[in-house]
Amino acid sequence: MRFSLGKLALPIYSVIAFIYLLIPIVYTFAFSFNDSLKTNLIWRGFTFDKWLNVCQREGVCEAFGNSILIGVVSTLVATALGTAIAIALVRYRFKFRSSINLLLFLPMATPEVVLGAGLASQFFNLGVQKGIGTIILAHIMFCLSFVVVTVKARVASLDPALEEAGRDLYANPRQVFWKITFPLLLPGISAAALLSFALSFDDFIITNFNAGSDMTFPRYVYTAAARGVPAEANVIGSAVFALAILIVLATQINGEIKRRRLAKRS
Amino acid sequence: MAKEFVARGQDLELRNIRKEFPGFVAIEKLDLKVPAGEFFALLGPSGCGKTTTLRLVAGLESPTIGQIFIGNTDVTETKPHERPVNTVFQSYALFPHMTILENVAFGLRQRKVDDPLTKAKEALNMVQLAHLAERKPQQLSGGQQQRVALARALVNRPSLLLLDEPLGALDLKLRREMQTELKAIQMEVGLTFLHVTHDQEEAMDMADTVAVMNLGRIEQMGAPEELYDRPKTVFVSKFLGQSNLLVGEVGSSSANSISIDVAGNKISVPKHRAEKHDGKITIGFRPEKATFHTKKPSTNSNENLIGPGEIIDIRFTGVSNQYLIDVPSIGEITVFAQNMGQSPIFELGQQVWISWSVEHSFGLADLPTGDETE
Amino acid sequence: MAFAAFGSSVKVEAKPTKSGKVVIALLAPGLAYLGAFFLTPLIALIMVSLEVPDPAGGYAEYVPGFEIANYGYVISEYFPHIMRSFSYALMATVLALVISYPLAYFIGVKARPWPLLQKLMLTLVIAPFFISFLLRTLAWKQIFSNESWIVTTLQQWGVLGETQYVVGSSFMVVFGLTYNFIPFMTLPLYTSLERLDLRYLEAGADLYASPAKVFRKVTLPLSMPGVISGTLLTFIPIAGDYINASGDFLGSPETAMMGNAIEANYLNINDYPSASALSVLLMGVILLLVTWYVKKSGTEDLL
Repeated sequence: MRFSLGKLALPIYSVIAFIYLLIPIVYTFAFSFNDSLKTNLIWRGFTFDKWLNVCQREGVCEAFGNSILIGVVSTLVATALGTAIAIALVRYRFKFRSSINLLLFLPMATPEVVLGAGLASQFFNLGVQKGIGTIILAHIMFCLSFVVVTVKARVASLDPALEEAGRDLYANPRQVFWKITFPLLLPGISAAALLSFALSFDDFIITNFNAGSDMTFPRYVYTAAARGVPAEANVIGSAVFALAILIVLATQINGEIKRRRLAKRS
Repeated sequence: MAKEFVARGQDLELRNIRKEFPGFVAIEKLDLKVPAGEFFALLGPSGCGKTTTLRLVAGLESPTIGQIFIGNTDVTETKPHERPVNTVFQSYALFPHMTILENVAFGLRQRKVDDPLTKAKEALNMVQLAHLAERKPQQLSGGQQQRVALARALVNRPSLLLLDEPLGALDLKLRREMQTELKAIQMEVGLTFLHVTHDQEEAMDMADTVAVMNLGRIEQMGAPEELYDRPKTVFVSKFLGQSNLLVGEVGSSSANSISIDVAGNKISVPKHRAEKHDGKITIGFRPEKATFHTKKPSTNSNENLIGPGEIIDIRFTGVSNQYLIDVPSIGEITVFAQNMGQSPIFELGQQVWISWSVEHSFGLADLPTGDETE
Repeated sequence: MAFAAFGSSVKVEAKPTKSGKVVIALLAPGLAYLGAFFLTPLIALIMVSLEVPDPAGGYAEYVPGFEIANYGYVISEYFPHIMRSFSYALMATVLALVISYPLAYFIGVKARPWPLLQKLMLTLVIAPFFISFLLRTLAWKQIFSNESWIVTTLQQWGVLGETQYVVGSSFMVVFGLTYNFIPFMTLPLYTSLERLDLRYLEAGADLYASPAKVFRKVTLPLSMPGVISGTLLTFIPIAGDYINASGDFLGSPETAMMGNAIEANYLNINDYPSASALSVLLMGVILLLVTWYVKKSGTEDLL
């Protein structure tokens, strides 16, 4: 690439692409400050009102709270179950390994409509009342595969010699797991948990099929979309976004600092 | 419950060990006794089963058949964390999420020994790394990590220390230093060391006893000088140092020696240095034991003689010149001549005779197949 | 006797049955969960798809049956939806690929000397994920709404007819689908390109290939695993999506996809057999396409 124009083409394109990716985010954020009435379609004026009184709008905070609760519970269960499976798949050899891998892959390849409709049919057949419980059960199901895939990668990069060294140094299997395996897997497990929470929090389709009258945040937005989503929803959406970005940036900067510190001394 | 292990080394015995993995046999049949306090080397090429043997002693694998004894206790069924054995892993296996002080203290903590950090500090002192106690393993060089791995194992005063090719990743100079250090530590503390390596010089230098393994079996075991001077199989003769091998039927024998006919030359070996006294045998001699002659020397019953052959290759390795001579009907013979300060007296293409003392020959029962490792 | 060449660090081999218990303990809970909440529902779905209206029952009551005709019904009734699902998915996937590849290339190859910058850019790529899917789709709806600045300007310029609007058109639906799934396409592409050994490109240039040729013959083939993962990760969810095509968001009744039909049948009309038949159909076609696609491109370990 001899011409300076050619060299700039990719960076310029990337900047445009980033702007394109961020437009809805900026829009949502901007309109969270809109002094709107019932609908949030036209800009009427700037105000902090919605941010300060976000829960005044009926249902928003309740839906948000439900989403958090569901997210936390599903994440805990899915992460625990998924980590166990990931360790088993990488560290041990047994007969049905490839079939199990396939079984774990299937939920990720199945469209959410199918997953949602299927589960809903199942609950209906069993006569189970739809509610927060069924939502949680549904979320655990589809988060499980993502946890397994994420943790598997981390387990595979873990040197088995480290656990052998633990056993060699008088640690019984339980101690080896908690003092050696788990701390070293923690970055992968945390990543899986974050992913699982994000998936659960933002899920709409599966939730919609399996919720009774309970509202999660996405459901609230969907049902409000017909008549007009209130600015308070933008507030929550923006707040979650800001928090998530902060966490991600913080982890990255923290990792970079650690990396630089290690590199300097050796 | 603090587990106190003996401060001195203990005997190690492997009885009738066989280890099978799905698809292949790693160890065919192994019987081994390592006396307490000895520095024992398991030497062999990759795939010979030496690492598997080590893992069996550590308890990381279980034998398919056979028993393992430490001291007089049968530990075959004992788990690794209950055996008085520690391992220095080839990759060091230092825990990356702990400082090296914590790494060294780990075993002590598991055994609930008093004051683990002080003892760990002492161990780091012994390997001269106490000043880096708070660093993480990734911040240390390869040589330093190796010493930490050693300290981490030694601090537990195990009856038996297993070393899995621990010096493989170090450069030559560092390796020599560590070899001296390891040997010194072993003699000072009096532990039994079981050292696995494929480096024959290392094994011969450090060990009291060397066992050469090949294809899941021990081919020969003994003091390094013994193995070198009197190999008992073709494999050992070629793995430990280099050998020239001549094959023939035992034609004649006298009171003390037997002889074979090799392309018209009578090659003899003393009976006490021969594994087999009749039939087809292999007679070998070490390249450094031979001498050149530009003219055919007079026959001598104490010397074996072959030739004439043509020098087809000369290699200068600093300490010596290595000559490759092609003797018709016999093959290629290697001779080392120590570099005495003059340029080589012999040149490419020159015709020479090769002789060596009968006493330096060794006789083997098996025959070379042509694909032993050099 | 066969002897394997042992690496010096012996990998953990198959364990004896003693540890078999450990494996079962680790696998059982998770797999049982999937069995109960994934496999069984799928089977239930198939069963429901074959049900018939309960002759003795009232509205929305069905009994187990073997009514394969249900499938015939949904195929004929919802044929346009089925076609739209897959054609939109194809268009959106291709668009996402075209848009994401240069971006992934920039981050994964060109920006390698600055790893911190790479991480920050990746964060920007996945940033849309952190805003609710629905909110960001709604944002596009507002931006392109009938009274918006963009639409009125395009109408003034004659690009759009006086009564022509953007929201509710196939264009808008595909646009929304593409946008929402660009991160799904970019990340696998990035992973693949990040591992690209630049020396291959140098070798190509050294052997007289122009930059375009190097891309076609070296970069593209080597990034194929990423392309395949990315296209699968995008196509499959898009095929089943119904938010973008929904009338409340970017679509209209003329853009309804299979997902919309399934949702309508399930939640509104309560025609469970039809909804289930459509779901099974959707899943079946996807499985067939995926199998064919993966086989055609060589077996990739997607996990």
